[in-house]
Amino acid sequence: MKQLLTGNEAIARGAYEAGCTVAAAYPGTPSTEILEALSQYKEIYCEWSVNEKVALEVSGGASFAGSRAFCAMKHVGLNVAADPMFTIAYTGINGGLVINTSDEPGMHSSQNEQDNRYYARHAKLPLVVPSDSAQCRDFMLEAYRISETFDTAVLFRTTTRVCHSKSLVELHEPMRVPQRAYTKDLKKNLMTPGNSRPRHVDVEARLVKLAEYAESTPLNFIEEDGNTLGVISTGIAYQYAREVFSDRADYFFIGFSFPLPMKAVRKFCEVHETILVIEENEPFIEDEIRKAGIACLGKDLLPACGELSPKIIADACSHLPEASTYAPSVHSDASLPPRPPALCPGCPHRGIFHVLSKQKNIVASTDIGCYTLGAFPPFSVGDFFFCMGSSITAGIGFKRSDMSCGTETRGVFAIIGDSTFFHSGMTGIADAVYSRTPVVTIILDNRITAMTGHQHNPGTGMTLMGEQAHEIDLGELVRALGVREDHIRKVNPNNLKACSEAVNDALIAQEPFVIIARVPCALLPQVRKRAESKWFQVDAQACTGCRACIRIGCPAITFRDSAAVIEPDICAACGVCFQVCTFKAISMGGNKT
Amino acid sequence: MNDTRSILLTGVGGQGTILAAKILSEGLTRMGYDVKMSEIHGMAQRGGSVTSHVRYGSRVDSPVISEGEADILCSFEKLEAFRHLGYIKPEGMLIVNDLEIYPLPVLIGQAAYPDDIASVLKTRHERFQLLSAHTIAVKLGNPRVENIVLLGAVAHYGGFMQFSWEETIRDLVKPAFIDINIKAFYAGAKAASASFGGAS
Repeated sequence: MKQLLTGNEAIARGAYEAGCTVAAAYPGTPSTEILEALSQYKEIYCEWSVNEKVALEVSGGASFAGSRAFCAMKHVGLNVAADPMFTIAYTGINGGLVINTSDEPGMHSSQNEQDNRYYARHAKLPLVVPSDSAQCRDFMLEAYRISETFDTAVLFRTTTRVCHSKSLVELHEPMRVPQRAYTKDLKKNLMTPGNSRPRHVDVEARLVKLAEYAESTPLNFIEEDGNTLGVISTGIAYQYAREVFSDRADYFFIGFSFPLPMKAVRKFCEVHETILVIEENEPFIEDEIRKAGIACLGKDLLPACGELSPKIIADACSHLPEASTYAPSVHSDASLPPRPPALCPGCPHRGIFHVLSKQKNIVASTDIGCYTLGAFPPFSVGDFFFCMGSSITAGIGFKRSDMSCGTETRGVFAIIGDSTFFHSGMTGIADAVYSRTPVVTIILDNRITAMTGHQHNPGTGMTLMGEQAHEIDLGELVRALGVREDHIRKVNPNNLKACSEAVNDALIAQEPFVIIARVPCALLPQVRKRAESKWFQVDAQACTGCRACIRIGCPAITFRDSAAVIEPDICAACGVCFQVCTFKAISMGGNKT
Repeated sequence: MNDTRSILLTGVGGQGTILAAKILSEGLTRMGYDVKMSEIHGMAQRGGSVTSHVRYGSRVDSPVISEGEADILCSFEKLEAFRHLGYIKPEGMLIVNDLEIYPLPVLIGQAAYPDDIASVLKTRHERFQLLSAHTIAVKLGNPRVENIVLLGAVAHYGGFMQFSWEETIRDLVKPAFIDINIKAFYAGAKAASASFGGAS
C-alpha cells in the first residue's frame, strides 16, 4: 500500500518496520513529528527526554540491552548530544542504533544552519542522507542493517524540506526483531583509557570496511544515459538537480555520504566531461572529490548560505547548456510590511513582557521558545541568547562582569520557559546559587512545550505515550537547588500588578531570585474552550485614542477611526488590555453567540 | 517531458492552509498523480506568513515551487497574495480571498497596510479572481471553513471537478465538520465558476 507521508512520518514508519522498540527525542523543528508519529505504534516505548543528550543516552542504553533503538533531534540538539555520541562511536552497539539529526538550511526556525554531516566524519560514524519520504522509510531499514553489520551507531541526516515535504511511500509489515542477548564486555563497553585505545584502532578498521560497503550499498545509485554532464548530489538537492537538468545530465546520488564511495565516484567522473557537485550548505562531498584530485564545479557556483532551490541552481549554472531556465525573479514591492510571528492573543507571556518593557535599566538574557519573540517590538525585552538554557548562565556572566568592573547598576534578568528550564536551565540555577550571583530568573511556565506544537515535559504530568506522570513542581525544584524561600515568587503573568511587584522586589535582591509565572498556553484546547464565551470590548466613547492597548501587541486589537477595536472572535479574554487602559474604556463583553 | 504542475497556497498561521493543502494533495494522489507537498512549520505558526507548495504530475522531483512556476496561486489573505506574486506564471490563475489580516508591525503602527491591494493585483495579473470566502463561510454557518471554500475554487481552476472530493474530505476532517466542509468545498467551486468561468 502506498501512502502520502511527510519525511518525518516516513522515518517513524521505517523505525517501526525495522522492529525498533525504544525511541527517545527532545522536540525541535524540523524533527518533532518523528517521535509524535512513532508514538502512535503502541508496541514501541517512546519518550520525550528532558534534552537531546538524555535522548541519546536512553537510546544508547536500550541498544546495549539488545533493542533496536532510535533517537531524534534537530541539528543544534546534536551539539547537546555530542558528548555521548563521540564515545558510543567507540563502544559500538548491541541492538541497532540510529541517531536522527534534522538540519535546517535556511533557518526557518533555528539559530544557525550548521551542517551536521561533519559530525559523521568527526565521530567516525556512517552517514545516511535520504532525499524524499520513500527513501526516509527505505533508508531507515538499511540503516539498522548497517548498524548491526558493522557494530556502529548510524547518523541519519535530513533537512527541513525532506522532514516537512510529503511524497508517496510504500508501506510494509513490521519485522519482529527479538532482543539480542546482553553480555557484559568491559573492553568494548567501558571506555576507560586502557580500553579506549584498542577501540580507537577498531574504529579505524571499521571505517575501512564501511568505505568498502559504500561502493556497493543500495543507498548510492547512478542514473546514466550517456550525457556529458555528470551531477553528483545528495539529500533534497538531488531532487532540485533532477528538476533543473532533467534527462540532460547523468546523476550519482549519494545517500550513503560518509565514508564516500571514492572508487565509484572516480569512475563516474572519468566518463563525464563536466562534473557538478550539488549539495546544500557546506561542500562536504565536494571537498573529498577535490582532495582526490578530481576537477569539479560546485561551491564556486552555488551558495553555501541558505537553502537551495531549482531556480537558484538553474541561475547559478546558466552557462551550462543542460540547465533549465526559469523566469526572472519578479520583485514584489520591497515596501510591503513584513509578517513576523507574534505572541498569540491571550498568550500568558504578554503580561510579564509588558511589565518588563517598562524597566529602563535591565538586560534580558533570553532563551529559546515562543518567548524569544519578546525581544522584538512592541516589548523589546531580550538582549541575547546562545542556545537552549543559556539565559541563566549567560546572565550570571553578564552580572559578574558588571560586578567585577564596578558598574553593577543594571538588573540582569534571565527569561526561560518551563521545558527549556528542564532541558538545561536547572544547572544554571545551581550555578547562580553556588556563585551567589544576584541574577533574576523568570520561568515562564505555560504548562507545555509550546513553540514546537505542544509536547509534554516533566512539568506537565503527562508522557508522550499518554500516561500520567509525576509533575515536577518548579517552586519546590528551585528551592531544593538552594534559592531562598523569600526569593521565590509565584505570579499570574496576566496580573500586571502582581508581576510589577515581583519584578521590583527582584531588582533589589542581593541573591538569586526566581519568579515563576504560571498560566497555561492560550492555544491549549482546554484553555481555548474556557475563553470561547468570553471577550473584552472597547467603549468607543470612552476611548481617548491613546494607543496604550495597541502597545501590548495583541493580534485581537486594531485601531480604527481614532479608537481601539477588539475583535471578539480573536480575543482570548486574558484581560491585559483591560489593565493597561487608564480611561476605563475596556470592559468584559457579554456571551459570544 | 516534464508535465509537473504547481499550486501554491499562502496565508497567515491559523487560517487552515495546511489542512487545505493536505486535502488537495491527498485528492490528487487518489486521482493517480505522483504528488509532492512542502510546507514550513515552526515559528511561522505564530501568526506569521505560511506557504504550502503542492506539485503533481507523472513524476515530481522538487517538492518546492520556484518563482514564476505556479499554475495556481491561491492566497488566503490579500497582503500575502501581493508578497508571493512573483511565484505565479504569467498565464497562471491568481485566486485571492477578500480578507485583510493586519500583521504586527501594522497593528502597532510601525508600518501601513497597503491601500487597495485588489486593484493593484488586477493591474499586475490578468487571470485574477477576488473571492469572498469569508462571507461564503459565514453564510454556511462557520467562518472557519473559509479554507475549504478556497480549496473548492482551486479545484475548479485546476480542472479537478470530475473527481469525487467528498470521500477525501470525509477522511481528513473531524467527523463533526464533514458536512459543512463538503458544502464549503462546492460553494467555493461554484463561486469560482460563476464569476470567472473557464477551468484551465
